[in-house]
Amino acid sequence: MSYNSLVLVKQVPDTANISGEVMKPDGTVNRAMLPAVFNPEDKSALDLALQVRDRFGGTVKVITMGPPKAAELLRECLYMGADEACLISDRKFAGADTLATSYVLAKALEKIGNYDFIFGGRQAIDGDTAQVGPQTAEKLGIPQVTYTEEVLNVRDGKAKIKRKIDGGFEIIEAVLPVLLTVLKGSSAIRPFRAKRVMAYKNARTIMELEEKTKQDSSLKLKDLKEDHISRDLFIPTITVKDLDVKTSRIGLHGSPTKVHKVESVILGASGHEKIEPTKEGLGSLVDKLMEDHIFG
Amino acid sequence: MMKNKKHEVWVFIEQRFGKAADVSFELLSKGRKLAQNLSGTLKAVVIGHEMENIAKETFRYGADEALVVDHPDLEHYNTMPYARVVSSLVDERQPRIVLFGASFIGRDLAPRVASHTMSGLTADCTELKISDVKYMRKDYKQLLLQIRPAFGGNILATIITPDNPVQMATVREGVMELLPLDTPVDGKITKIPFEPAPEDELVKIIERHHEENKVNIKGASIIVSGGYGMGSKENFQILHELADTIGAEVGGSRAAVDAGFIEHQRQIGQTGVTVRPKLYIAAAISGAIQHRAGMEESNKIIAINNDPEAPIFDICHYGIVGDVMEVVPKLIETYKAKLK
Repeated sequence: MSYNSLVLVKQVPDTANISGEVMKPDGTVNRAMLPAVFNPEDKSALDLALQVRDRFGGTVKVITMGPPKAAELLRECLYMGADEACLISDRKFAGADTLATSYVLAKALEKIGNYDFIFGGRQAIDGDTAQVGPQTAEKLGIPQVTYTEEVLNVRDGKAKIKRKIDGGFEIIEAVLPVLLTVLKGSSAIRPFRAKRVMAYKNARTIMELEEKTKQDSSLKLKDLKEDHISRDLFIPTITVKDLDVKTSRIGLHGSPTKVHKVESVILGASGHEKIEPTKEGLGSLVDKLMEDHIFG
Repeated sequence: MMKNKKHEVWVFIEQRFGKAADVSFELLSKGRKLAQNLSGTLKAVVIGHEMENIAKETFRYGADEALVVDHPDLEHYNTMPYARVVSSLVDERQPRIVLFGASFIGRDLAPRVASHTMSGLTADCTELKISDVKYMRKDYKQLLLQIRPAFGGNILATIITPDNPVQMATVREGVMELLPLDTPVDGKITKIPFEPAPEDELVKIIERHHEENKVNIKGASIIVSGGYGMGSKENFQILHELADTIGAEVGGSRAAVDAGFIEHQRQIGQTGVTVRPKLYIAAAISGAIQHRAGMEESNKIIAINNDPEAPIFDICHYGIVGDVMEVVPKLIETYKAKLK
């Protein structure tokens, strides 16, 4: 037996390292100032998919939805060991909430088809919602296992999975196909393979090739594309016209939730009482707390 | 659709081994206020087996009605049957608001239900309120404002679901206040029939390993909490000593937990536990937004830090600038002397 896995990955702003310069005076975030990174739990998801392939056979194809720049992420996936990559990109998909995002993803996954597993990170660090995985599974009409830690075994069209729950874990048996959302594990994620970096560093999407022709007018897009395909270095792109989607359900317009207001977090009043770190200072503090019936 | 009908606010009541989660009752307490604002009713959605007691318990937190789906197959939470049950209830009855705990169960269930019913869903809200809203030059009456930190807690976003009939949100445990009523509502129990379906069998839970969380940091009236600035697990010992002296629980910031100074169940902050004790002592905690989100509603806050510029001093009531390893032993000594 062999199993085909599709892995959903996302390039996200590095919210863990937000500095003062990134915040605009109105309290909103200047996304352009933030470095884009591989969403950490998506990397764990890819690693787990590669483990399943290496142990039980099959293929791993990574998919990302995002701006043209997200192709960077797909190359990183190829360096890690993914067999194939695909970009979903269209301005019409922009501004989507989790419901509209999962709608497009489900349509794209249906079109790609032939999958036994769909992997994704539990959540992305830009929104921390953990919603897109379950919503995609629902739309595909397949079961989900969230908070996945390990795939223990795959046999006879069923997977045995360890998932985390509050205060413990469960062992699940799921009939394939199944969608798994993966927690950041304790084990180290495989590094890029030098050989694969050499092999795939020139893998390009059609939009990246177009950019190239703009910079060098002697290049012809058709030739470039054919050349990349022949060398297995062409990353296909799915756009709105490739999918059977209702425009009323995609992008900002197709999103039921809207951002009404954004504000920077306001600090509380800074009028605190200074206590000297001396016996007298601390003594008066203890007295006050005793009077307030907090102490004693 | 909603013209002649009273608005309904629903809370999904999650349970493990026949015990309801605190977060569900906290959400009923919040849901009651929201229902009052909407002049509507509050309903608890109770799913499991032998759920009579839990259904009755919901009346103590203000539910006017408990919709009970009781069946042996539903004894333990499982995504497919639970999502099917909640989705069909939402489709049939069109509540205005549905709230779920942002727990392992709620975060597994809510998105699946929202997807099926095509409802708006906002995760991890820290505040919920009803308000009229003007959005894109249109006036909307009585929308649910879903307020949540975003971008790693650096901004606060207010999310609305203007054009969909059902607004859904998840909230973490401890964020909303638990407000039991002196006199429970004389509520109604409505039994909903359940038919097993073949798809319920796609995922089977074959082993369960579950331990009750023994740490009750949420219920502590005093919390002594340490940050990365404590420097080591050994130094953290002084906080345990202070806690023992004054009768407190010990907590820690995410950085302290990540550094291994203290166990994960004691992490306080947006990604840990939210607490509101009578007194919170923050030792060597700088006061990042992610930490403040979990403790700033404490009644009184004492900050001890050797950096006078640390943001924790912006939200504390009493600030002590100094080295924790000197200040804390002195505080223990002073306290003991006063008690004599």
